[in-house]
Amino acid sequence: MIKLIRSLGRWGLGTFERLGRGHLFLMHILAGIPGLFLRFSLVIHQVYSVGVLSLLIILISGLFVGMVLGLQGYNTLVDFGAEESLGVLVSLSLVRELGPVVSALLFAGRAGSALTAEIGLMKSTEQLSGMEMMAVDPIRRVIAPRFMAGLISMPLLAAIFSAVGIIGAFLVGHGLLGVGDGAFWSQMQAKTDFYDDIMNGVIKSVVFGFVVTWIALFEGHDATPTSEGVGRATTRTVVHSAFAILGLDFVLTALMFGDE
Amino acid sequence: MMQNKSTEIIVGMFVAVGIAALFMLAMKVSNLGDFTDEAGYQVTAEFENIGGLKVRAPVTMAGVRVGRVASINLDPMTYNAEVTINMYSQFDNIPYDTSASIYTAGLLGEQYIGLVAGAEEEFLQDGDVIDLTQPALVLEQVIGQFLYSKAEGDE
Repeated sequence: MIKLIRSLGRWGLGTFERLGRGHLFLMHILAGIPGLFLRFSLVIHQVYSVGVLSLLIILISGLFVGMVLGLQGYNTLVDFGAEESLGVLVSLSLVRELGPVVSALLFAGRAGSALTAEIGLMKSTEQLSGMEMMAVDPIRRVIAPRFMAGLISMPLLAAIFSAVGIIGAFLVGHGLLGVGDGAFWSQMQAKTDFYDDIMNGVIKSVVFGFVVTWIALFEGHDATPTSEGVGRATTRTVVHSAFAILGLDFVLTALMFGDE
Repeated sequence: MMQNKSTEIIVGMFVAVGIAALFMLAMKVSNLGDFTDEAGYQVTAEFENIGGLKVRAPVTMAGVRVGRVASINLDPMTYNAEVTINMYSQFDNIPYDTSASIYTAGLLGEQYIGLVAGAEEEFLQDGDVIDLTQPALVLEQVIGQFLYSKAEGDE
């Protein structure tokens, strides 16, 4: 009995300790960000590996998500004789929800896991300790640029996802199902608000980019320095990011659209 | 160095594509593109009942969009709804005695204001009031009246 309580206590303490370490780690990263503007090429290289290399998966998924939305939305709307509203349905669901959320999930799988594995491996091969020996702060030199890159890439990827998805829905809706292109675009423009819909989507994607990159870098930096530990940390990144994205999405949606 | 340069070019293209996507969302998908032609003149109209009319709802004449609803207020003296309409500037020759009614687009669609031109030679100008208005048709009231008249007829 005592053993059970003790293990529960150990688990609780461990969790809070990790949480605390995570926040200290975040503070350390944020403190390193102003210095990045002096060496912006570090960030650019990371934007390449975090953002540009995620572009293909975002483009293809965005196109297919948009095309599926077009087909499914058409089948439901045609029952009400409202297939002209397909553009509204697609644009609002993509811009408000699917764009930020799905691209953040893909981003966590594609870029987040890679970041964790990279940092974890740097730690287990003691490259980070080596840097410290040379009086280079690894958080400022290695981790802060990656964080900044994630923060820059995520909103851009989400915007590309939404735009490509809307084009995909247009291709299916106009080309395949014969929804008039005038009605498709004009209804979309009438019902989609720039500030209420698009900017809120952008805010969501910035928050997701922040959280996913933070989780990925922390898991990598906190990983047990063995091959098994790095593997586990990579899994945890994807799982925790998915939880964080979906949970935060609910909170943000309730704040943004809850009082309509 | 060559590697460095090509990376920078690719990242630059990525950022440009991302911003272009956002721009496309803003201009092509949302109503932000409309703001340019919104610099017109404002007229107000008083309605007994506006039903489900909302701000930004379209204002049409003969089916052509000529403006949009800018704001809706309750007149504290008459308890009528006071609707401010932003008319697009190119439609500056609308007669003074034009009438306004609230219609519904389709059976379940959104409500909009339809204008019917009058015969006056004078045109509406900024700050003018449209006097001839017809309130929105509230479906429950119509059904209620119908049932009432039917019951009366039976007796």
